[in-house]
Amino acid sequence: MTEQASTAPLLELKNIETHYGPVMAIRGVSLNVPAGQVVAVLGANGAGKTTVLKTISGAMEPQKGSVAFGGQNISGWAPDRVARLGVGHVPEGREVFPFLTVEENLRMGAYSRKDAGVKDDLELVYGYFPSLAERRRLAAGFLSGGQQQMLAVGRALMLRPALMLLDEPSLGLSPRLTHDIAEIIARLNAEQGVTLLLVEQNAKMALDLADYGYVMELGRVVMEDTAARLKDATDIKEFYLGMKEEGVRGRRRWKARKTWR
Amino acid sequence: MEVLQLLISGLSLGCVYGLIALGLVLIYKATETVNFAQGEVMMLGAFLAYTFVNVLGWPFALGFVATLAVMGVVGALLERVLMRPMLGEPPFAALMLTIGLGFVLRAIAGAAWGNEPHTLRTPFAGDVLRFGELVVGTENIAIVLGTAILCGGLYLFFRFARVGIALQAASQNQLAAFYVGIPVQRVFALVWALSAMVAATAGVLVAPVSLIDPLMGFIAIKAFAAAIVGGFGSLPGAIVGGLIVGVVEQFASRYLPPGFGDTSAYIILLVMLVARPEGIFATLQRKKV
Repeated sequence: MTEQASTAPLLELKNIETHYGPVMAIRGVSLNVPAGQVVAVLGANGAGKTTVLKTISGAMEPQKGSVAFGGQNISGWAPDRVARLGVGHVPEGREVFPFLTVEENLRMGAYSRKDAGVKDDLELVYGYFPSLAERRRLAAGFLSGGQQQMLAVGRALMLRPALMLLDEPSLGLSPRLTHDIAEIIARLNAEQGVTLLLVEQNAKMALDLADYGYVMELGRVVMEDTAARLKDATDIKEFYLGMKEEGVRGRRRWKARKTWR
Repeated sequence: MEVLQLLISGLSLGCVYGLIALGLVLIYKATETVNFAQGEVMMLGAFLAYTFVNVLGWPFALGFVATLAVMGVVGALLERVLMRPMLGEPPFAALMLTIGLGFVLRAIAGAAWGNEPHTLRTPFAGDVLRFGELVVGTENIAIVLGTAILCGGLYLFFRFARVGIALQAASQNQLAAFYVGIPVQRVFALVWALSAMVAATAGVLVAPVSLIDPLMGFIAIKAFAAAIVGGFGSLPGAIVGGLIVGVVEQFASRYLPPGFGDTSAYIILLVMLVARPEGIFATLQRKKV
């Protein structure tokens, strides 16, 4: 395991354990997100990636371990309080407010802010997402999936977050939209200095964007390294980047099945 | 002329149903709890107004404002003390709690103010206005006007106030509201406060018509029908549903055999549930992924 930064990281998870009722979803996860960097968490379905993000933002409470943000222990805080600290969470499945207009959605993103910069930030978000600017009076429920994803990212941006948690931003988007979103994520990191924790199944996109990556399996971190080295690791190539035919046997068996009873 | 007369009294009665339904829908939309004690909250508001105006002898306007203030606090306290610990419990538990709360409030009112009916001294009751042959009680006009003003105020609140929009946001997507930093719990307390204030207004407006006693809250059952007819979850629907129930009730008790007046609300409810269960203003829709 290599130490990645000498200064204290912006976000530090120490040995987190989180349960859904009796089911343990995370079994002791530790990870660091240094300020200014993009950190990716990879893993298959059910690996516990989303639960890690929910534990950070306070939607779930860890049974053990601690979450520290900017040196402050925030484990067990209510999610709205964590948000007011400057943690913008873009949840999985673009959870917009469907009956509010695009602009109202964005303004709600700045709900906890009292400063006068909200108007400028609105224009900033519209600058990043011109398709939202054209539809600012439209109810968010009428937007397409890609536009809703952009709205969710833009809404989190309105918080002026120090840290942004992105949960599967490419989920259900076309390759082209995925590319657009990836580009905007990179720009947010470079231009706005937002630190990003990115959870993705699309390992190629995530590793292209990230400085550092963690691989999760069944609630544990099984591998961590710089993104460049992860891209070269044979396991990653095989299981996440699809560079070796994997699961052929499985598919054959699936085809051979006559019925599903 | 008789038709017009019935229409007016039906509309004013409907406004009261509508206001109680509005309080129900406010809470349901935001917290997904049905408050079965809404009628009792209204009754409490009416008794408070009675205490301030009749017993303490305050001017009506002052007494009304004081009632709203106290009921706002009561509503917020109900959320904070009773409903918040029910978070994460099965919805049925919260529902039973509100039914129990209704019993408790009725008993408290009976002990504090007695079970005999009281009359609230209001500046708008007991007079009539004549438009040709048409005779309209001033209390009916007050009910309609009061409802209109309240609805206008609520519309402006939800459309333009930051808190009002946050309230809609919290009811549309609770988790996302948490994530953007809206203090959802405090918003819920505000909803309960608002709902109690709306109920208190209904109680004060209906007081000259129905008298104040601990059992007056039972008209909330008809308001319940009104809320469902309007499409549970729609604020304008609650008012429209109330108006429909009120008008039909007046006409039914005049033109149909005895007994149909009081049951008409439930007949409408049944017809509605069979014909269009989502209500007139259907807002409930499945979330698309």
